[in-house]
Amino acid sequence: MSLWLVLAVNSITLGGLLFLLSAGFSLIFGLMRIPNLTHGSFFMLGAYLAVSLMRHGFGFWTAAVVAGLGVAAFGGIVERFILRRLAGAELAQVLVTLGLSFMVADFCLMVWTGDPIQIETPPLLRGTASALGLPFPTYRLAVSLVAVVVAALLWALLDRTRLGAMIRAGVDDAAMARVVGIRVSRLFTIVFCLGAWLAGFAGVIGGPILSVYPGLDGEMLPLALVVVILGGSGSLLGSLVGSFVVGFLYNFGQAMFPELAYVVLFLPMLIVLVMRPQGLFGRQPV
Amino acid sequence: MRRVALGAALVALAAVPLWVGSTYYINVASQILLYAVFALGVNVLVGYAGLVSLGHAGLFGVAAYAGARLVNAGHNHMAVAAGALAVTLATAAVFATLALRGTGLGFVMITVALGQIVWGVAYRWISITNGDNGLSIKGRPSPFDLSLASPAAFYWGTLVVFLVALATIAVVVASPFGASLRGTRDQPRRMSALGYHVWMIRFLAFLLSGFWSAVAGLLFLYYNQFVSPQVVALTSSAEVLLMVIAGGTGTLLGPVVGAALVVIVKNVVSGYIERWNFVLGAIFVLIVVFMPEGLVPGTVRLWRWARAAGRPRGAAAVPARGGEGGR
Repeated sequence: MSLWLVLAVNSITLGGLLFLLSAGFSLIFGLMRIPNLTHGSFFMLGAYLAVSLMRHGFGFWTAAVVAGLGVAAFGGIVERFILRRLAGAELAQVLVTLGLSFMVADFCLMVWTGDPIQIETPPLLRGTASALGLPFPTYRLAVSLVAVVVAALLWALLDRTRLGAMIRAGVDDAAMARVVGIRVSRLFTIVFCLGAWLAGFAGVIGGPILSVYPGLDGEMLPLALVVVILGGSGSLLGSLVGSFVVGFLYNFGQAMFPELAYVVLFLPMLIVLVMRPQGLFGRQPV
Repeated sequence: MRRVALGAALVALAAVPLWVGSTYYINVASQILLYAVFALGVNVLVGYAGLVSLGHAGLFGVAAYAGARLVNAGHNHMAVAAGALAVTLATAAVFATLALRGTGLGFVMITVALGQIVWGVAYRWISITNGDNGLSIKGRPSPFDLSLASPAAFYWGTLVVFLVALATIAVVVASPFGASLRGTRDQPRRMSALGYHVWMIRFLAFLLSGFWSAVAGLLFLYYNQFVSPQVVALTSSAEVLLMVIAGGTGTLLGPVVGAALVVIVKNVVSGYIERWNFVLGAIFVLIVVFMPEGLVPGTVRLWRWARAAGRPRGAAAVPARGGEGGR
């Protein structure tokens, strides 16, 4: 009984982390039409940057926000100076993001070595909290809470602000948005930086659970891909639902079919692709 | 003139083990040919069908794993080759059915996911794949009682396979099927309106590409006598894609040049620094940004441009820039 409960809590936590990662991925994909293959690297880079910041005496949350900003700055540079040069050539853009992800991975290996690094849980959130008479690990609950807050903020940004309206217009029809005077290329930079920040931030707060190690990028990227294919690109609700579906599949799959965990994870994606190629909540075909 | 050049090239290739001297370089040459077969296969899809796959290391790996299992089960060479190719072709058919649900970037994403499934299976399904430790075979099989044990013998064997691959793909590309394949790349809707079954053409191209990837996977197994999950990782798919793109997509010899470039750089660079992946990524970025059509067409373009610049004004026709070469 308690095994299932632990699995469920872990699934929700992973779902929350995946949402932070894939919301940005999905927005970038929806707006710029490129699957950003550096997204896993952003996640890993954020975690590593926070490790260094915390070694210099910064607190956990400060480190998380600042590391996210560092990753966002890197993302901004990538978008402005590399992807911008290749505007219109989506395939070239994808290949560049792939090349960059190798460079980032090797760079991290060089700077932070190959040993896994555990990011320490912030002191306030150690131990367990009890609810309904059952003990829950506090930190995991906190991560889920952060994901919910970020989801709400993102929703407010996209649904209630002028910037959000412009982003939605760009996702729906970039050419038409340009015609009515929206500077879509500036939106590209904003969304890319925002997505990079979210990924970097997610990497840090995922650190105490997953720890940081070489290859983390390659593990997170396919998960984000699955979330976006499941949920549909450019849809916040799709990312949210997709993230929790993947979170549950991943944890329960590993517990029940350890040898076939990956197959369990990817099967629903393949079914969705066959039945509904635009994703569960997507409007346009991918 | 062309025939003389072709004959000279063949003689030079066949004589490689005689003039390069050390076994190290013979092995590098074998690796180049092996990866050239793989790149040729991937190029059918990337270059001629315009479908960029990042999952072909999966097919390469399926062939290598299936081959290793069959060799270890004690089958002879013919059974191993036939079995591994059949398994891989079946996998390629499944991959194609799923991946062809999308085109363009959808296709890329689905192939990434499929490649990662194969990787996950290779890594986790320990009872079949032996997990991270990989599978090894004892000695190279001897097809038709010819021993491939020495580096020179393996080189000649690979050379024969390579020439067959090159000839097959040259024939296919020049055939009506090749023309219709390029048609589906450039004008899928028009081809569909003309009555071509676009999906079926792409599906067959995927199978052809999967077949040569499988052959390369088997050669890889015979060469290394070992296969591990590293072989099917995304990095490997990216590496072969780099070969195709670096050399020039949609050209017959581009992938061969690209394979030579990547294998040589990999062997030379990894002798000096450990950071091969960083160099791979950097080459990738530089080529995509500065020479998007690949080294072979890119060099041709620069050469023509240099010649035109040397001539008096007026005749300078700068060829259009773009990745749609190979017509």
